[in-house]
Amino acid sequence: MRTNRRDFIKLAGFAAAIASTGLSFSARAKGRIPNMGRVIVIGGGYAGATAAKYLRMWSNGALEVVVIEPSQQFVSCPLSNLVLGGSKTIDELTFGYDMLKANHGIQWVQDQVTAIDVIAKKIKMQRGEMHYDRLVIAPGIDFIYDSLPMLQSAEAQQNIPHAWKAGWQTVNLRKQLEAMPDGGVFVMNVPAAPYRCPPGPYERAAQVAYYFKQHKPKSKVIVLDANAEIVSKKGLFTKVFNETYAGMIDYRANSAISSVDVAAKSVSTEFDTVKADVLNIIPPQRAGKPAQMAQLNNIDKRWCEVDFLSYESKLAPNVHVIGDAVSAALPKSAHMATNQAKICANAIVQLMAGELPDANPVFANTCYSYVSDNSAMHVANVYRYDAIKKIMVSAEGGGVSVAPSVLEGSYAISWANNIWSDVLT
Amino acid sequence: MKNIMITVLTVGMFCPMVIFAADNVQVPNVNPVPTQVHIRSLAASCAACHGTQGKAATAPLRAGADVTASLAGVDKNHITQRLMTFKSGAGSPTVMHRHAKGLTDNEIIALAEYFSAQANVTSAPLNSQKLRADHAH
Repeated sequence: MRTNRRDFIKLAGFAAAIASTGLSFSARAKGRIPNMGRVIVIGGGYAGATAAKYLRMWSNGALEVVVIEPSQQFVSCPLSNLVLGGSKTIDELTFGYDMLKANHGIQWVQDQVTAIDVIAKKIKMQRGEMHYDRLVIAPGIDFIYDSLPMLQSAEAQQNIPHAWKAGWQTVNLRKQLEAMPDGGVFVMNVPAAPYRCPPGPYERAAQVAYYFKQHKPKSKVIVLDANAEIVSKKGLFTKVFNETYAGMIDYRANSAISSVDVAAKSVSTEFDTVKADVLNIIPPQRAGKPAQMAQLNNIDKRWCEVDFLSYESKLAPNVHVIGDAVSAALPKSAHMATNQAKICANAIVQLMAGELPDANPVFANTCYSYVSDNSAMHVANVYRYDAIKKIMVSAEGGGVSVAPSVLEGSYAISWANNIWSDVLT
Repeated sequence: MKNIMITVLTVGMFCPMVIFAADNVQVPNVNPVPTQVHIRSLAASCAACHGTQGKAATAPLRAGADVTASLAGVDKNHITQRLMTFKSGAGSPTVMHRHAKGLTDNEIIALAEYFSAQANVTSAPLNSQKLRADHAH
């Protein structure tokens, strides 16, 4: 389990990257800090950042934790639909990793993983390679363009943003909505489940309608849903679409997209072709690229099968997968990603100390959707491990709000502030 | 609850250096008792609204507040009573009614013990920053 330090750093730029975290390697090398081994975490999103923090916390600093993340900043997908509605800016949802690194002595490498060797327990990055004792892959999602090849290019995605990874894509879509004249048509789709954030597309439709109602009341929202019905909070969203935004949202079930004309901004389903002034296509998704590199996406060639006691891959020993990339009957939400990260971290700390992981993990999922600038509604559930089925199952008592409310809007902001602080400090 | 106390006392006698219930201080990696390991990850699930170890970045616990509260250092009987009330279904349903109903009575008691044993402080707020021009997407 112990790692030979001499084979740790085989790369030039890496020493500098590590040094910038402020971690003293000489102190570690002299053995003042006990060493249970090295865990590499690929990805610094909700899942990866949480796993890194709790691995350090619960191992009491005995585990060496290295995060590999290409982005310098964390941009929150939760609340990013409010940027489209106009009540938040992207800068309010953007954070650095400095506090997380400093508070927990996490080693951080800003780089892209290029290969993963699960036999030799090694990862390759653009600037070098590194050995691990255990690997946590928190890769988020990757878009599948097989059925929508016309949207593969960066140019096409400028014209027709997905805005399903928060950042400039979100800003781009907001600018297009701002530039659209009153009386225009916004067309968006919902991919077939499972996808990241089940209620997210419907929240987006409500946010755009909220913006139109304030500023462009003659405009319309058309939602082309590949699913047979609204995937999450169905009763609540139906009411919001039909009452709060009556006459503004045209919701169409069973409307999978067959093709897109990028130049004309028109989209075809089996039945119809719809012309948009602003078009937002959310492509179907699969486990992010690092999981594909390690060939762990064995379910439908999309999602990764794991042991729900440890999130260890069913395919590769000592490799764990967490977050949206996991194949599970669990919502792909930010709170869920952090839960999986914590169960995984707890199990790794146990396993690397030669102990068994918790045999009965229990966690809660809370997901709020905003239907205006200040009114939100929840879906919430406790999930517990079923030892017979070997999966997480929904516990008694879960459910949704009676109606959206301003009070729940306040709770939702509290949720955001606290989860950001939990993940990033 | 009795079982938890007995376990803490038993292990405490053999490992006097280990401080229990405050897992930021000295986590027993080598031979953790199952209850500790189980409850710290369940309690961590509450962090999305109540902060790491119940130390919220929002506000201390107070009646009628419209923000989710800090639980660290709050009296365990108070937390237990609140959760049991949520579990009974009283009042207009919030996420806490959903969650309390999904927890066993033993889990509620263990969570109350866990949070009440944490230092009564709130988390430092996290400052947002301007999105960099070179952000990838």
